[in-house]
Amino acid sequence: RAQKLDERLAGYKGVWVFVEYERGQVHPVSWELLGEGRKLADALKVELAAVLLGPPDGAVRGFCDQAIHYGADLCYLACHPVLKDYRNAPYSAVLTELVNRYCPEILLLGATTLGRDLAGSVATTLKTGLTADCTGLAIDPENRGLAATRPTFGGSLLCTIVTLNYRPQMATIRPRVMAMPSADAGRTGRVIEHPVTFLEESIITKVLEFIPDDRAAEANLPFADIIVSGGRGMKRQENFRLIQDLARVLGAEVGASRPVIQAGWVGADRQVGQSGKTVRPRLYIAAGISGAVQHRVGMDKSDVIIAINEDANAPIFDFAHYGIVGNAMTILPALTQAFTEHLRARKQAC
Amino acid sequence: MHILVCIKQVPDSAQIRVHPVTNTIMRQGVPAIVNPYDLYALEEALRLKDRYRARVTVLCMGPPQAEAALRKALAFGADEAILLTDRAFAGADTLATSYALSAAIRQVHQGLPVDLVFAGKQTIDGDTAQVGPGIATRLDMQLLTYVSKIVSLDLTAREIVVHRRSEGGVQVLKTRLPALITVLEGINEMRFASLTDMFRAERHRLTIWSKDDAHIEDVTKIGLKGSPTAVSKVFAPTPTNRRAEIIETQSGQPVDLAATLVAKLLSRHPDVA
Ligand SMILES: Cc1cc2nc3c(=O)[nH]c(=O)nc-3n(C[C@H](O)[C@H](O)[C@H](O)COP(=O)(O)OP(=O)(O)OC[C@H]3O[C@@H](n4cnc5c(N)ncnc54)[C@H](O)[C@@H]3O)c2cc1C
Ligand SMILES: Cc1cc2nc3c(=O)[nH]c(=O)nc-3n(C[C@H](O)[C@H](O)[C@H](O)COP(=O)(O)OP(=O)(O)OC[C@H]3O[C@@H](n4cnc5c(N)ncnc54)[C@H](O)[C@@H]3O)c2cc1C
Repeated sequence: RAQKLDERLAGYKGVWVFVEYERGQVHPVSWELLGEGRKLADALKVELAAVLLGPPDGAVRGFCDQAIHYGADLCYLACHPVLKDYRNAPYSAVLTELVNRYCPEILLLGATTLGRDLAGSVATTLKTGLTADCTGLAIDPENRGLAATRPTFGGSLLCTIVTLNYRPQMATIRPRVMAMPSADAGRTGRVIEHPVTFLEESIITKVLEFIPDDRAAEANLPFADIIVSGGRGMKRQENFRLIQDLARVLGAEVGASRPVIQAGWVGADRQVGQSGKTVRPRLYIAAGISGAVQHRVGMDKSDVIIAINEDANAPIFDFAHYGIVGNAMTILPALTQAFTEHLRARKQAC
Repeated sequence: MHILVCIKQVPDSAQIRVHPVTNTIMRQGVPAIVNPYDLYALEEALRLKDRYRARVTVLCMGPPQAEAALRKALAFGADEAILLTDRAFAGADTLATSYALSAAIRQVHQGLPVDLVFAGKQTIDGDTAQVGPGIATRLDMQLLTYVSKIVSLDLTAREIVVHRRSEGGVQVLKTRLPALITVLEGINEMRFASLTDMFRAERHRLTIWSKDDAHIEDVTKIGLKGSPTAVSKVFAPTPTNRRAEIIETQSGQPVDLAATLVAKLLSRHPDVA
């Protein structure tokens, strides 16, 4: 099925990243994608563009500069009151218009609730291919095509998906899979404004209200610096206190494997892995977790991994950096104690 | 009111094993189940049926064996079941899948207008979450994804209000029917099938549609031909050449193990904690 690209499609040039703006903030996955998009654009020797949609206020415009600092050469900006909150219909319409007008060869979006909703509609209208939830992107030097890799069957295998004779090639990418690029405040670029003409009356779906989550209670695993996770090996809900004690001393978030969530020991927002969150903290401590692929794919990009498991042959020791073979119920309190002492000593030294 | 629920039959991924040498998926003997996320969609539809005396039709595209998934949905209380099955559908990606399913839904609509379409959040095999948005876009229905609650339904005004999960909170959305809703897991708890419904499901005559029955004429839009994406390779993740450095001490006591680990960690990676 390898074919030479239609002449019309060969006219599609450039890499685009959809920048997800909502209520005054940009989702960090957009910056991660600009970092990755930069590499793809360089490999193709084309420009990298950010696409930013939102209400007509200063905040949105300010993010154009930030997108350029993170690597974009230019930013397409569409501001209009109908784009105030995310809604599928107006967002899909504007993004589709932009693609049809400027013809990028690659369009990347975050695999968030917004990105997946939007990408699914836009790819359908454009009648092009969309690869979901990717963990790796590369350019095939032979045909300049995008090779998008995603885990399948719970991470036990990976598959690389290509989009044949269709453009743009679209993909969604999970937050925290790509590294955060560093911003270069010296970079400059162009901003191209796209006029939005339709009226609120023509949009059927209305946002009545936004109910923010209770931030204090909510875990923010994807962006935590340190995570202490427990698995089925913790045996009982009461024993999870040992995980929480260590987390408190380290200023860490508490994570868990899926059986722990299923048993109801901690909330579902704390699940790490394939069907939970992808994390990349500086330090990940796993106690009583065997290291099944579905858990591993969510955390093996952590800088340092420490595993505590009573089974010396547990798979987690194949990818952890440090291991202690032993009973988590006695090791965890000892670790909490040792960290407390070290951190205290360090404070005194300063 | 007429509600259509899309359900997919998937291999029970908890039981899938990968061959350690050949890296192929060992499907033999792996039971097929209804995609777990679709049961939440079905239950939500059945609750509306109970409240508004709606009619519930379930639709599944798949091989003839997928009949089992539809019978299960009938046993829970669905009224009608359609199996869309044709060799020509094989190898479909999400674009081709949403094309075939929306053609079938249009056909159902001709018989009895469809007010609401329900789909799962995603499947456990393809796992893309793209088919729901694809169908809504093709049928020009309002799309409500990641719905965690149906707040109200006004059949006279043909308006529905839902909670939609988004980053950092919940959007309260109001829209007009017809709409396509993908529901989140945990939105409800599946009922038990009643004995009467189980018997009825056994005897029920499924509607079996080929591509022609769904009035699909353009075969370049379905199956492998209609799929812009292609799998170019399948491979095992590269094993890290790492093997954890196992901390050992003379005493083997937790206190000593912990102290040794922390000292090592903080001297080599001073900025981790
Ligand atoms: C479609 C699908 C999606 C999935 N998604 C996820 C996901 O997102 N996240 C996830 O985590 N899993 C996921 N799973 C489940 C995954 O396959 C594993 O079953 C799960 O990760 C195992 O959790 P565990 O390591 O806590 O439990 P187990 O595998 O049971 O391991 C427990 C470990 O604790 C050790 N242990 C026991 N007692 C002690 C003790 N006293 N001290 C120290 N160690 C002890 C044991 O040696 C063992 O290694 C998914 C599965 C499927 C099929
Ligand atoms: C490992 C793997 C990776 C894949 N990756 C991609 C990819 O990146 N891009 C791509 O375009 N295709 C991909 N595919 C193909 C894709 O899985 C098929 O197109 C499939 O028919 C539908 O997609 P899904 O399973 O992801 O469904 P999803 O979009 O996750 O399903 C959402 C909902 O749509 C409904 N639904 C989905 N399929 C059916 C059906 N057959 N009958 C009735 N209702 C249904 C269900 O309600 C379901 O809950 C992949 C397939 C596999 C096996």
